[in-house]
Amino acid sequence: MAATNVKDPQYYHKVVDCQWACPAHTNVPGYLRLISQGRYADSYMLNRQSNVFPGILGRVCDRPCEPACRRGRVDEKPVAICRLKRVAADHRGDITDRLPKAPAKKNGKRVALVGAGPASLTVANDLLPLGYDVTIFEKNATPGGLMRINIPSFRLPAQVLDEECDYVIRMGATMKYGTPVTSLKALLAEGYDAVFVGSGAPKGKELELPGRWDAKDNIHLGIEWLANVHFGHVERIGRRVLIIGVGNTAMDCCRTAKRVGATDVKVMARRGRKHFKASPWELEDAEEEQVEIVENHAPKRFVIEGGKLVGMEFEQLAWSEDAAGKQVSTVTGTVTIPCDDVILAIGQDNAFPWIERDLGVAFDPKWDMPVVDKATHQSTRPGVFFGGDAAWGPENIIWAVAHGHAAAISIHHHCQGIPVTDRPPAGMTLVSAKMGMQSWAYDNDYDTSKRQKMQHEELAKRFTDLKVEVELGYTPEQAATEVARCLNCDIQTHFTDTLCIECDACVDICPTNCLTITTNGTGEADLRGRLSAPALNVKQALYVSEALPQTKRVMVKDEDVCLHCGLCAERCPTAAWDMRTFDLKQAYAGMVAR
Amino acid sequence: MTSIAKPPVKHPTARTNGLGLTLRDYEGAMSTLCAGCGHDSVTAALVQAAWELELEPHRVGKMSGIGCSSKTTAYFMKQSHGFNSVHGRMPSVTSGAAAANRGLTYIGISGDGDSLSIGMGQLSHAIRRNVNMLYVIENNGVYGLTKGQFSASADVGSTSKKGEANEQQPIDPVLLALTLGCSFVARSFSGDKRQLVPILKAAIAHKGLALVDVISPCVSFNDHEGSTKSYAYTREREVEAVHADFIPLKREITVPETGEQVRVVELHDGGRVRLRATAPDYDPTDRESAYAHVRACQKRGEIATGLLFVDENGRDMHDYLKTVPTPLIDLPYEELCPGRAALDKLMERYR
Repeated sequence: MAATNVKDPQYYHKVVDCQWACPAHTNVPGYLRLISQGRYADSYMLNRQSNVFPGILGRVCDRPCEPACRRGRVDEKPVAICRLKRVAADHRGDITDRLPKAPAKKNGKRVALVGAGPASLTVANDLLPLGYDVTIFEKNATPGGLMRINIPSFRLPAQVLDEECDYVIRMGATMKYGTPVTSLKALLAEGYDAVFVGSGAPKGKELELPGRWDAKDNIHLGIEWLANVHFGHVERIGRRVLIIGVGNTAMDCCRTAKRVGATDVKVMARRGRKHFKASPWELEDAEEEQVEIVENHAPKRFVIEGGKLVGMEFEQLAWSEDAAGKQVSTVTGTVTIPCDDVILAIGQDNAFPWIERDLGVAFDPKWDMPVVDKATHQSTRPGVFFGGDAAWGPENIIWAVAHGHAAAISIHHHCQGIPVTDRPPAGMTLVSAKMGMQSWAYDNDYDTSKRQKMQHEELAKRFTDLKVEVELGYTPEQAATEVARCLNCDIQTHFTDTLCIECDACVDICPTNCLTITTNGTGEADLRGRLSAPALNVKQALYVSEALPQTKRVMVKDEDVCLHCGLCAERCPTAAWDMRTFDLKQAYAGMVAR
Repeated sequence: MTSIAKPPVKHPTARTNGLGLTLRDYEGAMSTLCAGCGHDSVTAALVQAAWELELEPHRVGKMSGIGCSSKTTAYFMKQSHGFNSVHGRMPSVTSGAAAANRGLTYIGISGDGDSLSIGMGQLSHAIRRNVNMLYVIENNGVYGLTKGQFSASADVGSTSKKGEANEQQPIDPVLLALTLGCSFVARSFSGDKRQLVPILKAAIAHKGLALVDVISPCVSFNDHEGSTKSYAYTREREVEAVHADFIPLKREITVPETGEQVRVVELHDGGRVRLRATAPDYDPTDRESAYAHVRACQKRGEIATGLLFVDENGRDMHDYLKTVPTPLIDLPYEELCPGRAALDKLMERYR
């Protein structure tokens, strides 16, 4: 197997599981260490660089980092990364003077952004400091998009949302509130140098079953209903409510229903719990509020009596696996569950009635979705870009942010006459963490603490006001304990083969048997079979050195469960192993490729 | 020396042996030896061997004297018994312990200073009595703890870290043991666990004193270019005469036929050791041939390693002393110390 090229920033980046899994590649271990030092503002700014909305995401992010977290492979639960992000945001103090600023002299280029959600705001955040004139069109009277109208304020307080949207807007974006874009043709006619569509996926999916339109007033589309609650158009709901669907929107619907008059709320799921789309912690939070989650029930019809919704009929399903391993259901019975209201939360669709189909923006005929390049976010019409849910359908906020950064690079290139396909490469810095004999620039001792539990507002208080935030945040003690659980995966074990004397000291000391000195093999599978402890998770790479000086064998490191405890480096007599702080230098708009 | 203890985290695939113990359960305290010390690799090999042999930690006695090597016993099997004795006196303390309790497995760890200088008489007599024990000499050719003076095993012409050459003849523990009639003689290298671990396992299973001389480089004082006990020198000059594969009791030998000369020696606990001679016409059960081989290697400037000699038919200390099969500590007090009348009767025989 060829020696590993650790000069490629992607190699060490992949070792940092959380950062690799994060669409915006937030430097998680870096900001956790800053929290442990009490440097909350620095931690917030490090977050903001990549994810723009630390306060928001610290509450409602989908947290792809946490299932990826290495701690979860050696301990019961991963580090509570998301909650710690909120700690940084809660204690940051005033950071306004540290925010990027737009230059007084503009560069003469005008960019229009459609929708004031996370994708557009990220584009604005990246382009304003470069001197662009940015105009954002928003149909509502406030910024935030679905973050505001679809995420209930008991999960995301308005004040948190306002602050972080304002950080971007105050850089000098021209906001056109209450201005839905009804024609892309008309918008293009205004002579913008580029247009970014970040209008989300604003249409709830319909469930066409018998009776759907016979009692319209008591059958609601989830995201519309949440928006109506947000705007105050809806203040009450019936006592007994059924939620159809079991994604995160369903979780927001059921918990909101409990706050506007419902006492008996059931979430109806077609399949078993392990197939649910909702994040496990959202399910837990809903169940804490005495929402009942009913598995294996497929909706069949709405039961209407005298023009009024009185219940819903379900088929009870049993699931089994067919010969091909596919889940198949059989109906075991039918049941009618009485209810006063039904909320449909089975998904969202995009809607582009305002984009004329003769503008050169091609649409996929099957899905009626715009054809958008995965890397550049450009449509088939140069200068028109898509991002967030508008690009490829519903995703999470953190994806919208990642899209916004990538699209901003493209928009900048488009406006400066650089091919949009020229992507500025990521870089890295790699600096020894050695501070002296057995002394490192990080706390390398393993902390055996368990994951800290988030404190919640008491139930009675929650239901008195829709705006009472449920999660109270970590106490300072909890934050300090949780931060210490991080394994510091960004402090890399860096090997210099020419220094190695093959004394085996590193192999002997490694607590998780990551290291093997062996003859080189023909390929990865061959080498993996000969390791001291072959990994269960083969997604993490093997590091393979050049031939070692004395025996021409190779040093192989399985990155899978390395604890980054630094014992290999402490036991190495020649400093062939060193702990080095890896810092990914991500490319943002304005960093020119070449 | 490390700044932290080894994290109490096991690999997700960590296996357990027949006693339900993982490899980590056979570890001891964190080593305070220099980073890269060969002795730490010997520790790791002992941990591996004990885990594979499924030794019950509470049935093992770890014995040592003074020196860097003698610290080793603290670094493995933290649940075992141990005795850290006076300099060079590990063999007699072990003899006493073995006399009192023949039921334990004794692992003695010593060094070239502890065994070949101050404790040479002790070593010789432990061999002569054939105490049932594993006797490991962690041999690095220097007094590391006192900053690198030549030890009795330093070769003629090898230099100190500052460049001064040694002029006195070395004592080779392997030749010494062969001459004194030792029943199990092996030499290995801390940097070669594939060789060392099976030798340690066979040595523990052997009845009688099993001497294992392990070249274990001192990274701080004897791993330089003029050294004959460095990692590089040992790797270059090592000649493995016999490779030993240890086969535990009741396990079939499933090694493919290679056409090599193979001898199987049955050990007293029923386990077997399969000896694969890599040098032509080498007979590891013939003391003279072993001696000649080691001498010939020495003349060529090579280091003879492997399980060099084994004699499983000899008698050990308890056989010579005709002691009862029950460990003395398990005998009822009345039997162990039958009283005045029995003593008088015994004395009467000498009148």
